[in-house]
Amino acid sequence: MNPLLLLFASVITSNIALTYFLGMCPFVTISKKINVAAGMGIAVTMVMTLTASANWLIQTIILVPLGLEYLQFLVFIVTIATIVQILEIVIDRYFPILYLSFGIFLPLITVNCAILGISLFMVLRSYGFIETVLYSFGSGVGWLLAIITMGGLRRNLVFSKPLSNFGAPGITAIIAGIMALGFIGFTGVAGL
Amino acid sequence: MGDSMNQGSVNLKVPQKGYKLLKTKSWMVFKEGVWHNNPIFGMMLGLCSTLAVTNLVSNALVMSAAVTLVLVVNSAIISSLRNLIPERVRMIAYMLIISSLVITVDLILKIVLPEASKALGPYVALIITNCILMGRAEAYAINNSVGLSVADALGVGLGYTFSLTLISIFRELIGFGSILGFTLLPDELPRIALFTIPPGAFFALGTFILIINMIRNRGSKS
Repeated sequence: MNPLLLLFASVITSNIALTYFLGMCPFVTISKKINVAAGMGIAVTMVMTLTASANWLIQTIILVPLGLEYLQFLVFIVTIATIVQILEIVIDRYFPILYLSFGIFLPLITVNCAILGISLFMVLRSYGFIETVLYSFGSGVGWLLAIITMGGLRRNLVFSKPLSNFGAPGITAIIAGIMALGFIGFTGVAGL
Repeated sequence: MGDSMNQGSVNLKVPQKGYKLLKTKSWMVFKEGVWHNNPIFGMMLGLCSTLAVTNLVSNALVMSAAVTLVLVVNSAIISSLRNLIPERVRMIAYMLIISSLVITVDLILKIVLPEASKALGPYVALIITNCILMGRAEAYAINNSVGLSVADALGVGLGYTFSLTLISIFRELIGFGSILGFTLLPDELPRIALFTIPPGAFFALGTFILIINMIRNRGSKS
């Protein structure tokens, strides 16, 4: 697949939040403020690219030659936890300013299903290394785009007064549905 | 809640055996899990799988069974080991136990129901990061006896099943005009294909949250 198309598809038409529903828990709970949403989104993009690449290497170099594919889930989640921990230490030590802006989200990311989901999709679709890097980075950017947009839209909710029985999660779901319609509208350009 | 207020009078009417069952703590914990702590509509946990697998009732049922099974076994294991797991590493312990259980369930599904396993794709594996499991382990199983933890897990599992079944019946009926593959609506009725694609999942979830909240709030007012 053309690398540019792959990148476009992973950001827009196959957006992991809006078409694959990955990372929904933080998407609903953390999207109240734009700056917080952006911090979470950047952390997700970074961790996603690193973990998917690392998992690709582990999958092709260790698991497949040894016939241990059934341990995939366990190995992937351990890799993710390890990388998140290392990243947290490194950023805290060398980039304290960055740490203040999104470091607090790093521990939450281990259990973000989008991170594990991308590694699983990469195996299911048998991507090569370059494709994996592009796909995971694009998906991270797509998630960032979706959560920032959601943050912006939710900030304006105070003016529109939706039914109180919706509660925050209900109205977030409806907004996400409308956003998903917009993102899917580009499917004719490129899809996965 | 309406039924908790007139519980005394209701309980007197049920036969002796049932009376005992409905009074036990396990039953209360179980009931709490199904309705009040309902993972989808009450706690908003595990939304990824809810949205992704509710396009067909069959997918929703297989997924619910898988989640409930993992939930119950996981709670049983963690509550029986609760005095042995050191507090500092308890998260990693949960993660390892859950991953091993999910690998088992995934292998079983691949052998017993290969088609369903294919349709669910990566979402079975994503049970590992489903917040419901971590949530129940951390909030309940780590501090309570095995019996109560299993009752709690069964309740929450049933609440999850109930929510998924409800949403999937709605989506499959309106989107494909069928339930479990059997066509129910006459062919003349147009199908609303919106509910078979991802945006429809969000709309269906939002609508159900609205309806459930309306029922809840009416109960608390009376």
